[in-house]
Amino acid sequence: MLIGRRTLLQAACIALATTAPIAAAQAADTFKIGLIVPMTGGQASTGKQIDNAIKLYIKKHGDTVAGKKIEVILKDDAAIPDNTKRLAQELIVNDKVNVIAGFGITPAALAAAPLATQAKVPQIVMAAGTSIITERSPYIVRTSFTLAQSSTIIGDWAAKNGIKKVATLTSDYAPGNDALAAFKQHFTAGGGQIVEEIKVPLANPDFAPFLQRMKDAKPDAMFVFVPAGQGGNFMRQFAERGLDKSGIKVIGPGDVMDDDLLNSMGDAALGVVTAHMYSAAHPSAMNKEFVATYKKDFGQRPGFMAVGGYDGIHLVYEALKKTGGKTDGDSLIAAMKGMSWESPRGPISIDPETRDIVQDIYIRKVEKVDGELYNIEFAKFDAVKDPGKTKK
Amino acid sequence: MTFLTILFDGIAYGMLLFVLACGLAVTLGLMNFVNLAHGAFAMAGGYVCAVLVNNMGWPFFAALPIAFLASALIGALFERLLYRHLYDRSHLDQVLFSVGLVFMSVAAVDFIMGSSRIFIKLPEALQGQIDLFGVGIGRYRLMIIVICGLLTVALQLTLAKTRFGSRLRAAVDDPRVASGLGINVPQVFALTFAFGCGLAGFGGALSAEILGLDPYFPLKFMIYFLIVVTVGGSSSITGPFLASLLLGIGDVAGKYYLPKMGPFMIYTIMIVILIWRPNGLFGRTAAR
Repeated sequence: MLIGRRTLLQAACIALATTAPIAAAQAADTFKIGLIVPMTGGQASTGKQIDNAIKLYIKKHGDTVAGKKIEVILKDDAAIPDNTKRLAQELIVNDKVNVIAGFGITPAALAAAPLATQAKVPQIVMAAGTSIITERSPYIVRTSFTLAQSSTIIGDWAAKNGIKKVATLTSDYAPGNDALAAFKQHFTAGGGQIVEEIKVPLANPDFAPFLQRMKDAKPDAMFVFVPAGQGGNFMRQFAERGLDKSGIKVIGPGDVMDDDLLNSMGDAALGVVTAHMYSAAHPSAMNKEFVATYKKDFGQRPGFMAVGGYDGIHLVYEALKKTGGKTDGDSLIAAMKGMSWESPRGPISIDPETRDIVQDIYIRKVEKVDGELYNIEFAKFDAVKDPGKTKK
Repeated sequence: MTFLTILFDGIAYGMLLFVLACGLAVTLGLMNFVNLAHGAFAMAGGYVCAVLVNNMGWPFFAALPIAFLASALIGALFERLLYRHLYDRSHLDQVLFSVGLVFMSVAAVDFIMGSSRIFIKLPEALQGQIDLFGVGIGRYRLMIIVICGLLTVALQLTLAKTRFGSRLRAAVDDPRVASGLGINVPQVFALTFAFGCGLAGFGGALSAEILGLDPYFPLKFMIYFLIVVTVGGSSSITGPFLASLLLGIGDVAGKYYLPKMGPFMIYTIMIVILIWRPNGLFGRTAAR
């Protein structure tokens, strides 16, 4: 028994000693991306869009970059920050990933930030949109957007386009408050007046009382931010209350009019004006191809979350090319800073100072094209940096 | 006039809560079974209705009864296969079992139907508002009030006046004596349970427009069902009915008049009522 156990142990040691270098050699040739997104739960569409877009990108551009084989390890955090942190830790420590990516909501991105700093692993934020995120770690780079980017633009636009009185309805959590603050500042600076300000609880079943309050405030327009999934409910109740016929316009950042849900909202959504960085109807050759291949592979059109994922994986590919296959966090981040490229949403770049995305913001109006609803872009603001960064 | 509009919206919201929760009041109050998976049956009804209307082109009003039947059928099946074995177990076992069922239903629906929120295509006639002497009456909400009002009356009559109602009450109060008198207790329970599930499914189909329908429905609204039943007391249908109205109106009015603290209104009402009457408005001690 004793001998048997010892031989077993020896055998195990030998086996370990011989396999370890092989494993290490393999690791040197693969480049691992730990993708943490919500694939279940209320934010699941975010995760699915990002996952789809990344699959699409890899299919098109191959899975080898600068001699490295790209391996994406998908983890579902269900948009619960505790999960995000645990999964990020597992990915960094056990799987030894070179990059962590994804992050459907702000708290999830923030939860992983200290780990990115500590392990010097780049964190690519592909969805979450609060300004502060990139300030939480020097290893964070964002390819989605910030709410301040679109909210300031729509604030300026509203003030310049004959909208004097606005009632606001925003979800009571960080991105909602960001959107509200950014909008208010620019709209009132442009001479506009906020007549009613309502913060809706995040878990809100019925918009009826809030909408009634909006109606009674008789504004020229309502500024609305609710998380992407709730936009449909909101618009249907908006129409039920006859607000669409009362001349009150709906304006806001583009999340409410997510391409993902737009068609299910019905004609009530027609005429809603939002500012955002992406529309499935963006008229560029690159986007037309992106939308067509996405539709072919996944049976639906891509939304802005898909583009965030698509550009995120592009950023990793290009950074790896630029470093010539060097995979340490500092080289990768250095390579990513200042990088610019053409995305399905238009020209974009990474601000070398804040590591946040710089992009064109479009003003769009919901119109019917071939029986489907689309956000049709009609005005453009070039190369918008995130206005929400704290001044240093 | 705004006040009346708010009152109207509140009543409609309350009625909706009632239809969703009254099945739970039946199983919890009459059968003494803690079925936290109640919302899962509501969700099933909602999805059945959505698939029939959106994918198969059924008219909305034809799909509503099917939503009821489908949920009742699923309920009957589950009762025979699973729930039956838990009638004699402790409440903790029942809670653990039904919560497990909720999670399974969430995962199953997520897998089959996808996680994004879906809407049921409504007929034109149900969209928009009618202006009645300056009071905005939502057509859809009006329909909810009418249907739910009728349902409540029918339910109350069934329980109080019919033979089935008295058999059910007898079976609940003393199963042994009831079966001695020739009442088929397991059958009565099965029917009651299925009926409760059917009501939930019906409510689920009705509520999709206002509350939204996604795989997390049973978890999101579990708390509301429980509040209705706790505040109303579980020994009758009148209790949950009044509680639903009170909570619906309170919630909507609170959100309108005090938007800063609106979301807490429903909890405030619950706390105040429970301090005043710990067994609910029409709790067992109050009724007897």
